[in-house]
This record gives sequence, C-alpha cells and structure tokens, in this order.
Amino acid sequence: MSRAHQWIAAAMTPDHALRVLLILILFWVVLGAGGLLRPRTLRLVAHILFPLGAVACAGVAALAGIFLTSGHAPETMILPPGLPDLPFHLRLDPLSAFFLLLLGAAGAGISIFSAGYFRVGEGSAPALHCLQYHVFLASMAVVILANDAYLFMVAWETMALSSYFLVTSQHRIPEIRRAGFLYLLMAHVGALCILLSFGVLQGGSWQFTFDAMRGASLTPFWATTAFALALLGFGAKAGLVPLHVWLPEAHPAAPSPVSAMMSGLMLKTAIYGMLRASFDLLHVQFWQWGAAMLVLGLFSALFGAIFAAVQTDMKRLLAYSSIENVGLIFTGIGLSVLFAASHMPLFAALALTAALLHALNHALFKSLLFLATGSVLHATQQRSLGKLGGLIRRMPWVAALALVGTLAIAGLPPLNGFVSEWLLLQSFLFTPQLPHAFVNMLVPLGASVLALTVALAAYVMVKFYGIIFLGQPREANLSHAHDANKLERLGLGWLAGGCILIGVLPQLALRIAAPVTGQLLGTTVAPALSFWRIAPIAPEQASYSGLVFLAGIAGVFAVTFVLVRLIAHGRTRRTAPWDCGYPWQTARMQDTAEGFGQPIRHMFGGFFRMERDLPAADDPAPRYRIHIEDRFWRAIYQPIAHGVQRTADAVSILQGGRLSVYLLYSFLTLLVLLVFVL
Amino acid sequence: MLKSHLVAELLRLLAAGLLLISFAMLSRRRTQRLITLLAWQGAILFLSTSLVAWDAGLTELWYSAALTLILKVIALPWILHRLIQRLGAQWDNEPLVNIPVTMLVGLVLVIFAFGLAQPISMMATTITRHTIGIALAVILLSFLMMITRRKAITQVIGFLAMENGLFFAATSATYGMPMVIELGIALDLLVAVFILGIFFFQIREQFDSLDLHHLESLRED
Amino acid sequence: MRTISLVRQLGEVLVAVGIAPLFAGWIAQCRAWLQNRTAPPLLQPYHMLHKLFQKDAALATDASSLFRSTPYVLFGTMVLAAAIIPSIATDLPFARAADAIALIGVFATARVFLSLAAMDIGTAFGSMGARREMMVGFLAEPALLMVLFNAFLLFGSTALPSLVDGYAMKRSVVDPSVLFAAVAFLMVMLAENGRIPIDNPATHLELTMIHEAMLLEYSARHLALVEWASSLKLFNYACIGFALFLPWGIATHGSDGGVSMLIAVAALAAKLVVAGAGLALIESLSAKLRLFRAPEYLAIAFLLAVLGLLVHLLLGTSANA
Repeated sequence: MSRAHQWIAAAMTPDHALRVLLILILFWVVLGAGGLLRPRTLRLVAHILFPLGAVACAGVAALAGIFLTSGHAPETMILPPGLPDLPFHLRLDPLSAFFLLLLGAAGAGISIFSAGYFRVGEGSAPALHCLQYHVFLASMAVVILANDAYLFMVAWETMALSSYFLVTSQHRIPEIRRAGFLYLLMAHVGALCILLSFGVLQGGSWQFTFDAMRGASLTPFWATTAFALALLGFGAKAGLVPLHVWLPEAHPAAPSPVSAMMSGLMLKTAIYGMLRASFDLLHVQFWQWGAAMLVLGLFSALFGAIFAAVQTDMKRLLAYSSIENVGLIFTGIGLSVLFAASHMPLFAALALTAALLHALNHALFKSLLFLATGSVLHATQQRSLGKLGGLIRRMPWVAALALVGTLAIAGLPPLNGFVSEWLLLQSFLFTPQLPHAFVNMLVPLGASVLALTVALAAYVMVKFYGIIFLGQPREANLSHAHDANKLERLGLGWLAGGCILIGVLPQLALRIAAPVTGQLLGTTVAPALSFWRIAPIAPEQASYSGLVFLAGIAGVFAVTFVLVRLIAHGRTRRTAPWDCGYPWQTARMQDTAEGFGQPIRHMFGGFFRMERDLPAADDPAPRYRIHIEDRFWRAIYQPIAHGVQRTADAVSILQGGRLSVYLLYSFLTLLVLLVFVL
Repeated sequence: MLKSHLVAELLRLLAAGLLLISFAMLSRRRTQRLITLLAWQGAILFLSTSLVAWDAGLTELWYSAALTLILKVIALPWILHRLIQRLGAQWDNEPLVNIPVTMLVGLVLVIFAFGLAQPISMMATTITRHTIGIALAVILLSFLMMITRRKAITQVIGFLAMENGLFFAATSATYGMPMVIELGIALDLLVAVFILGIFFFQIREQFDSLDLHHLESLRED
Repeated sequence: MRTISLVRQLGEVLVAVGIAPLFAGWIAQCRAWLQNRTAPPLLQPYHMLHKLFQKDAALATDASSLFRSTPYVLFGTMVLAAAIIPSIATDLPFARAADAIALIGVFATARVFLSLAAMDIGTAFGSMGARREMMVGFLAEPALLMVLFNAFLLFGSTALPSLVDGYAMKRSVVDPSVLFAAVAFLMVMLAENGRIPIDNPATHLELTMIHEAMLLEYSARHLALVEWASSLKLFNYACIGFALFLPWGIATHGSDGGVSMLIAVAALAAKLVVAGAGLALIESLSAKLRLFRAPEYLAIAFLLAVLGLLVHLLLGTSANA
C-alpha cells in the first residue's frame, strides 16, 4: 500500500522534461527486450527496432537542447527503487542536459547506421545485440542523470557489463576474449576508485546523495584524496595515460558501431563524471589539481598522437586518436580548474567551453570515422592498412563522408574540430596572467605541446585517409568492394552534417555550452557577437567566422572554375600517371602504413619499445618486420600482474585440499572468537 | 632621464643577445665556431660595460671594459684558436644527447633561472638589475654545454663562458667588482688556459685523441 | 559595412592575386643576379601561367574528384587568406572573420588537401612528398604559434588588424622579444614555403623534393592554379610578417581617402622589393639541409620564439617597474 502511495506521489511532481526523458530511456530498454521475441530474424531488428531507437535518441537530444536553451532551473526526481534509505535520485541540470544532448545526437547517427550494419552470422544473434546495445545506451543516460552515488554506481556497472558483452560479440576468437577481459578488469579497477572517491566525498554525513556531498566540507587532505581517486577512476574509463592500455585492445575487438559508441559516448560519460566530481561536488579548490590534470592531459594527447602515427591497423589508429582527444579534453578541464582556483572565472569559462565543445565534436567525428571503418571492413574484410587502398573509386559515398570526418578531426577550418581547438589555444593565451611563480612561465609552453599535438593529429589523419581511400588498391580482391547501403549512408550523413553545422555555425554550440559554464563557474563567455561570427572574449582580441570561411572558399572555387572555363578551356584527356617516366609502376610502390609513419618513429623513438627484423644485404628472400609496443605495459602492468600472481600463489598454500586442515581452520577461528568475546 | 631609458633598452637588447649566443653554443657542432661565439660574448660584455660606465660615470668601469676587450675578445680566443689548430681539433664535436633534447633541457634551465632571479632582482639597485636572471641562465647553460660534449676542449670554453656570465651578473647588479679582484680573476683565467693547454697535449700524446671517454680507461679495475 | 571598405577589400584581393607571381619572379631575378647568371624576364611567371592555361589537362586514369578539385580548393584558401591579412588597410570586412591562429588553420587546410591529392594517384613520389610536407608542417606549427603568443603578450590581441593598429601607435624602440620573434617567423616562413634551407624550389632531383613532389602529376590549368596558389602563399606569409613586424604604411583604422591608400600600396611595394631581395640573399648564402636536420632547424625557430616570450616576461613588464 505504501509503495503504491510512493509511486503516485513520485508521478505527481511537476518535472516534465525529466519525466519525458525517463520515459524515452525506458523505451530504449523495451526496444532492446522486444528483439528477444524473434531472436533469429534480422528484419525486425534492422528495420524496426534500431530506427525507433534512433528516433528516441533524436528525441532525447532535442529535449536536452530545449532544456538548455530555455534556461529552466534544475529538475529533480526521486524514484522508489533502490536501497531502503537511499532511493534513486535523479537530476536534470545544464551539465547533464549537455551530455544528454551529446548522447542523443551521436547516438541517433550510430543507431541508424547499426540498423543497416548488423548481419546474421557474426558472433551473437542480432536480437542479443539489440538488447545489449539499448541497455548500454540507457545505462549511459542514467549515469548522466544520477544524483546519488548508489544509482550512479549501479548504472556505471550496467554500462561496463553491457559494453563487455558487446565487445566480445565475436567471442569465438581468443584475442577478442582477451581484449574483453582486459577491458572488464580496467573498468572494475576504475569503478573501485570511483566508489572510494564517493566514500570520501560524503565527508562524515554518511548520506550518499550528491546534494549531501555538495554541502559537505572536507579538509584539504581529504578533498585532494577524493579528487585523486576520482581522477584515477574516471581517467581509467576515459583512457588517460597511464590507465589507457585497455583502449587500443577493446576498440578494435568490438564491432564498429560498438567502437563508435564506446569512443564517442562512453568516454564522454567519464568526462561528465570528472566534471561533476571536480566542479560540482568538490567546488574546485586548489590550482594544483588543475595543473595535474593539465600535465596528464597534455602527455596523453602527445602520447596518443605519436602512437597513432605508427599503427598499421585502422581501428587501433582510431583508438589511439581517441586517447589523444581525451587528453585534449582533460587539458581544457585542467586549464579551467587552474583558472577557477586562481579566481579568474572568465578565462575558466573559456577553457571549460573549449573542453565541452571538444567533447561534443569528438563524439560526432570519432563516431563518423569508426562507422566508416565499419563499412570498409564489411566491404573488404580487411582491417590492416597494408591491404587497403584506392577505395574512393569503389565506395564514393563512404569516402566523401569519411573525408568530412578526417578534416574535422584534423582540426581544419571550417569544420567543428577547429572551433574547439581554437578556443583551447585562445584560453592558453591568458595563462601568463596566472599569479603563481613558475606556473605562468611553464604553462605557456603547454600551448606549444598542444599545437604540436594538433598538427600531429593532422599528419595521422592524412595517413589514415590516404592509405585507405586514396592511391592504388594494395590487394587484388579490393575491386569487389561495394559501397554502404542506404541506412548506413543515412547514419554517416547525419554525423557528417553535425560536424559541418557546428563548424560553420559555432554560435549554436556556444549557446548550448553557456548554461553549463554558468552553472559550474558562475560566468559565461561572450555569446555570439552577431549571426556570422564568434568572439569569446572581445572582438578586438580575436574573432572567427566559420560561415565566412565556407562561403569564401566555396565562392572562390566557383568563380575560379567559371573563369577558367570561360577564359581558357576545360579540355581533359586521361592517360597513365607520369610517375617521372618510370614505366613499371605497381601498387606496392606507394607508401605503406609503416613507411608513412617513419618520420615520427625516427623522431620520437624514445617513446616506443621497438623490435625490428631487418634483412641482410645478401638475403635471398628479404623480410622486414617491425613490432611497436607500449612501454607502460612492461613497466607498470606486467610487474603488477606478476606481483598479484605471486601473492595469489602464496595464499593458495592455504587451500591444501585436506579436510582435516579445513576443520582445523574452523576450530582455530572458534577458539579465537571464544577468547575475544568472553 | 632619456639617456638612462635608452641605455636600459640597449642593455636589454645586449642581454638578450648574450642569452642567444649561449643557446647557439649549445647547438654548434664545430669547435671553431664555439670559439667565435665566445669572442662575440666578450664583445657584448665590452659593449655593456662601456654603456654602464658611460651612464653611471664610473671611470673604474672604463678600465674594466678595456681589460675585457683585450682579454676576452682578442687574447683568449686567439690562444684557444692556436691551441686547437696545433691539436687538430677544429671540427667534429657531436654532443652526447641529440641537439633538440639539449635545447629543451636548456629551455627548462632558463625558466628555472628566471624564476629564481625575480626576487633577487627586486633587491638590487642599478638600472639593469633585471638582467641578473639572464646572467644566471648563461651560467647554467654553459654548465650544460660542458656536460654534454665529448671533446675535452669544450670544457675550457664552457668554463670561460661561465666566467662571462658571472662577469655580466657583477656588472649588471653591482656596477662591477673591485679592480683588484678583477685583475686577479683575469690572471687566473690566463694561467688556467695555459695549464689546460699543456694538459691537452699530454692527453693527446697518451691516447692519440682528445675524446674524453678515453680518460675512463685510467680507472683501476 | 561601408562601400569604401568593400572596395578596399576587393582591391586588396585583386592586388594580392595579381602581384603574387611578380613577387616570385622578382625573387628568381635576385637569385640569378646573386649567382652571376642572366635573369629570366621579370614577367616570366605570367608567361608560364598563360602557357599552362592553354594546354590540355592530362589526368591519370585513376585520378579521383578529390584530385581534380584540390587546385581550386587551394586557390580558394589562399585567396581567402589574402582577403583576411591586412596588407593595405586594416578596416576590412573580411579581416574580422579570422584572427592569426585561424589563419594558421587556413594554411593547414591547404597543406592537408595538397597532401591528400598527392597520395591520390598512388605513385611513390607523391606519397613521399605528402609525408615530408606533413612532417615539416607539424614541426613548424608550434614555432608559429609561439610567435603569435609573443605578439599577443605585446599587444593583447591575436587579430591582425588590432596588432597593426597597436604597433603603429607604439613608440618605435627595439624590443628583444620582437627581434627573436621576427627571426623565428622568418625561419618558419622559409620552411613552410619550401625555400632553402628546407627545400630547393628549383630542384630537378625528385628524391630531394618536398613541395614539388606533390605536384608531379598535375598539368595544364590545374598546375597553373597550384603554382599560383603557392606564390600567393609566399605573398601571404610576407604580408603577415609585415603586419606583425613592419606595419608602417598600412592604412590604419580611421584613415580614409585615396592618399592613405596610395601610401599603403607604395609602402607594400617597397617592402616586397626589399623582402624579395633579402629572401634571395638568404637562399643564396645557405645550403639545403639534410631532411632529418629539418627538425633541428625548426626546433631552433621554436626555441627563439620561446626565448622571446620568456625574455618579455622577465624583462619587458618589469622594466617599467
């Protein structure tokens, strides 16, 4: 009886947006379960369930966007399930609305693509895929909406488990099982750190709601401990160095839409968690936190970019590129904390806007790129860069949309990647004004590391696009490649459209990021100056107009084309390529993936652990082999694994197998309890 | 006070030039060039001492400037030049760590020196007190150069560059040292270069090369 | 937006597009004089462009639409950059569409498109040129950014019109950080435009090429547009250098009328003559570096810019105390 009363009372509270969002989330779970009705048929899953899920994603995004731009006060809701004295608390405020918008916008594109992607016979049944996928999506949304530690951890665990099942879809292959195990292990290490952090954050009140944590006052030592634990936990999930080792294994092992979800959406929930913990629950107290995040972020960014440049597997390359982008986001967050703790809120808002925007942009263009590799994989069955090439002629749609994604991730105007990187560089310009002694001279050097990383990302993406889509096909069977089907094209096009929209009209993105910085820091950067350009601090200081860029380039393109045709002519003839007159050109003479990465390998050799097999000069059948490994694996993870193994071996002595020994243990315990109790 | 303002600007320019030369010494591969750079350092010291002498009107500093000109711009580079010609060590002088990494370490040292020097420069009273940071940076950079090179002759050059930095610090912070001390230091430098020159001939006779790693074989095993 | 600024904007773009090949021709003339050769006629680049436009374009059978559209995209980005950089006047409508950092982004777009087009045909030299060009590009960007950082510290802005206005009002004293930044900018300009000591623009040896290797498959009007875009890129870099370090003569905000425009055009011409001669002198005195010495060269440029920054932080602000 009382339960029913509670349910009705919960339904009566006037929280419209939050209620509709919860209904949409429940709808996802229902869709997932609906697939189980006919487990083996593909049509139900592909043509009905996934598209409906995409519509729900778009709905979530739209609602979140309306909530953000209308400036409503935060809404809360309490649901009866949960622990006896800790029911589920939910909260919709600008920070969660922003990340829900991100989730919905990118998720819609991925869902539509998946509708056309999943085929029968690849590992798990399609219905199981549908269930796991939608549970994953729903759990991420609940993580973003959670307002108490218990619901947060429940949703976090659900996220980890459902993504584990998705990663190990093709579970008959041993490498994929290994990758899944590593992923689950790191996810749980991170979850443990987050749990401990919540334990510290409650600050003695033993109330685990976020409201209680906001109000708790912690000593500097405990606040820093909570921050460090949160950084470890959320950093492990986001892929921050040195906790990144699971990323390059899990992303290639998963099917491409799942990789897109993990890279585009799951890493952002970790970013959300970090923002919630440091800004909202801990009220950014110390500049040293910001400096630590800045250093870790810059190092991760450089590390990710350098490793991406030497990869030969296209999905591993994208995984390392995700590490790089997460590093950039953490750099922005670190800079923001640094400014906020030094009482410079306007610059903190600028840095935070850059970080938020980069998270949104990354969700869009990284999902686009992973989905494009999915299409390539389906068409060619090849993942290695050494066996691809020339696909722009066989798959023009995928190539064109992947070009948009490549240009966006390389940070080139007028697309969206450039806007967030520009804002981040702008915020670095103000760091010499920081009041701390050595910091104001060292942090500007961070701007140069940032510029190096961004330029290196362009290098990596030219390698990625050039070797897969351009040039000559490196294998004969690539001539049978087919282009993506309609649903896949729709998904790719949605994401590419998002990239172009934010690039050309960054004012929209600034408008949705403004309430978030207002909530977390109290100030916002200047809104759009006019409809055609943005000027975050002041128009005399710097301004940018994506519209002018696009219009200018396109306009000159058109005018030049017409003028050249009019004044000269447009005659063309097709011949064999010139190639400096060398007549016996084959496809093997172009750059390989290793070859394109050779300058990076030469310059940054100290970062890698390389094993090379070089042929001798008189070798009749010369073979060249190179294997590049992560130093962190040998330096940190293997010693820890060996230590754990040794400890386990030592403890296993206790399990002798003899019954009398076990009875002896019980007897000894009984004696000890008798002595201490009596 | 226009004269002082212009002098301060010129001194800033000379200080920046001194820092630039110290970095250039980190990156040069040929010993011959290092000596030329050392001579340029001496020239900058001569100019800056003359400027300070003219602005503050201290005759002692004029003598000091003349001594710098004779010793650091003419005599010492000439002696070193003759030395390396007779030793045959004009060229090849690869650093131990590659050049971009050495430069980055140098950059960090400069930041360190600048950070340390800021409270000190608040206490000095001359017009050029802010250049103490640069002098400290020059000293640290020459030390780095001494550490990261293979050939023995660069140790001497680094030692002389360090002394240049000290001299610059003295001139900028305290309007020069007492004359007696300066003459003493100058004599010490000359003697040191002569003795080291003899030493180098001994090394070359013993090992047929000036590479420093040969000295490690003198260790008792 | 007043019509006079629109007219000025259009005029500036036309001047840039028109004079850029002449600038390249002048540098070639100076080089020839310094090397004791007979110089080609000053208008030779125009003759070459005319000749190229008349020819039929010979495209490889496998060339994609990316390859065919890249010359137009390159030309478009360079013209856009020319519209943004205040070479004659600062009161331009397009100048507010981008600050200096966004300009670096425009040049990066051009570089990426050219590299992709070079990889399109699938020859060995094309991908080699693409790889080398991207390598030089990614090393030059930090140095260029630090130069702009310097400018920001001195004048509080990265928008070029504000920089020009601010510099023209400053009393003309030589500042060491400006000097360091200028030398660093010069070194980066040589690297990015494929000049000695990074790349020899007149070489015929394909294995030593960086920029030329990417153009090997282009012919006729496509080659003409790419070459025009390259000379426009050099012109743009020169104008950025003038705006940052030698802005005297540019019609600043508030000065209207024909006289200031004439002075600005004359000043630009004079600066270009001197800059061209200077570039030719540097090219004739230096030797081309080995490819893997290029990172050292760019590291030196980066270091100079950072030194300028640090010197300003230590000496510049406290000298006024």
